[in-house]
Amino acid sequence: MAAAKKFEAGVKEYRQTYWMPDYTPLDSDILACFKIVPQAGVDREEAAAAVAAESSTGTWTTVWTDLLTDMDYYKGRAYRIEDVPGDDTAFFAFIAYPIDLFEEGSVVNVFTSLVGNVFGFKAIRSLRLEDIRFPLAYVKTCGGPPNGIQVERDLLKKYGRPLLGCTIKPKLGLSAKNYGRAVYEVLRGGLDFAKDDENINSQPFNRWRDRFNFVQDATLNAQAETGEVKGSYLNVTAPTFEQMMERAEYAKEIGAPIIMHDYITGGFTANTSLANWCRKNGMLLHIHRAMHAVLDRNPHHGIHFRVLTKILRLSGGDHLHSGTVVGKLEGDRAATLGWVDLMRESFIPEDRSRGIFFDQDWGSMPGVMPVASGGIHVWHMPALVAIFGDDSCLQFGGGTLGHPWGNAAGACANRVALEACVKARNEGRDVEKEGKDILTNAAKHSPELKIALETWKEIKFEFDTVDKLDVVNR
Amino acid sequence: MAEIQDYVSTPKYETFSYLPPLTPEELRKQIAYIVAQGWNPGIEHVEPARAGIHYWYMWKLPMFGEQSIDVILKELEACHRAHPNNHVKLLGYDNYSQSLGTAFVVYRGR
Repeated sequence: MAAAKKFEAGVKEYRQTYWMPDYTPLDSDILACFKIVPQAGVDREEAAAAVAAESSTGTWTTVWTDLLTDMDYYKGRAYRIEDVPGDDTAFFAFIAYPIDLFEEGSVVNVFTSLVGNVFGFKAIRSLRLEDIRFPLAYVKTCGGPPNGIQVERDLLKKYGRPLLGCTIKPKLGLSAKNYGRAVYEVLRGGLDFAKDDENINSQPFNRWRDRFNFVQDATLNAQAETGEVKGSYLNVTAPTFEQMMERAEYAKEIGAPIIMHDYITGGFTANTSLANWCRKNGMLLHIHRAMHAVLDRNPHHGIHFRVLTKILRLSGGDHLHSGTVVGKLEGDRAATLGWVDLMRESFIPEDRSRGIFFDQDWGSMPGVMPVASGGIHVWHMPALVAIFGDDSCLQFGGGTLGHPWGNAAGACANRVALEACVKARNEGRDVEKEGKDILTNAAKHSPELKIALETWKEIKFEFDTVDKLDVVNR
Repeated sequence: MAEIQDYVSTPKYETFSYLPPLTPEELRKQIAYIVAQGWNPGIEHVEPARAGIHYWYMWKLPMFGEQSIDVILKELEACHRAHPNNHVKLLGYDNYSQSLGTAFVVYRGR
């Protein structure tokens, strides 16, 4: 039994309480890795301890009520410091939090502590949450994806290939009926899914109920024509929780198989509730990630996307946008493969070359299907199949609708290209190296693909990635 | 408008149904892929009018652990001979994902 402590008013260095280099984290601890740039004159240990304190039990001064509890049980502990390869301005701090600091099943509560006040803390110049290890004990308190990859495949009867989707464009301005036409055309042409753009909610030019009705009509007719299961992500993101649920209920009422939500702008509480509703009602849930780049693009400040990925898998969603590596949006290849693993796999080992700072065990929690979307077209198909594998959804917006013969032909071209790449991969060919040959051969049997290949021949998005992995010197 | 072609949609059967039917040599390669993945081959068939259902007729039992491409090919042919008007589908059961690793129609029914 330790001797009782006396209260001493005043300010102590954080390191006295929160820097514990000898601490061995418990299997039940929530672990976090922060990238810290301290203010001049603040040393690493003090900065790390300050982050541990401010994101858990601490405040700037000693308070007598600290002594009413067992602070050693509840406090966060900074237990390791590492250099950031190639970056002398910053360092990595590893912090362990006891599981009881957080409400069960609440990604909201985890974030309120870990990315709360501490991000405005003056002793820190900038701060980035690089990764979180969620212990299995905590994972088990979260609902997770409402259905998961396997259940989705079984519902859709689609096996052995990536799924194909398309965001309807122009993203804003189409009337509900014209919008439904665009959906009908892409689905009958061979895509599995059409998608509401994230900006489409319920604007004056296209109210949600009208859109849902026309889109569902389009989906059923395309399904009847092709004999394949089709869906269209009906965006239920709304100004209030009640309106969101009203839209979700209506989607179910008309028989839609899938709805969508924007989990960051919509909010994590709303997302978790919606995911629970989807699980209860057998509804697939597609998740968009608008606002993520505000949080995750700056290498020195914010929240890394792999953390946002883990938060979504816990909160619940069956699809999540992952970036494409090859398209118009930011995304380093190794890092993208890292968070794609975090979406799909059951156990992901620490692997710094992919930006994975901790082992992550999801136990039996279903996987999330990564969605590659943004500035991709048929010429990217071989690389996409190689990078993402079968358990993914590849979405070609402009790359479908921009086909000179229209949406259906554009959809067919993408489907032919996809199947040709999958077939070649299964035959043991290197689809990335032999991509041109595979596609041009497939085009001999598909005039739609031939025209698509000619149309997008010269389009590339070759800009350097802003947020690189910290594994090599820059 | 003359250069624009009209697109007519027709019934499809999921994976590989947008490609020309596999040649015998191509089929062998796809079977080899299923075997190499460690999946268990299985065969299902159905009348084309009922293709939309989840449970097609199962041909015998899945060929657990079967490594021979020839044996698998012979079963596909036997199923096709017995049900010449039906779709005949080859499956790869993945018992780790508890799902199918792949599934595609080998003989397209009438």
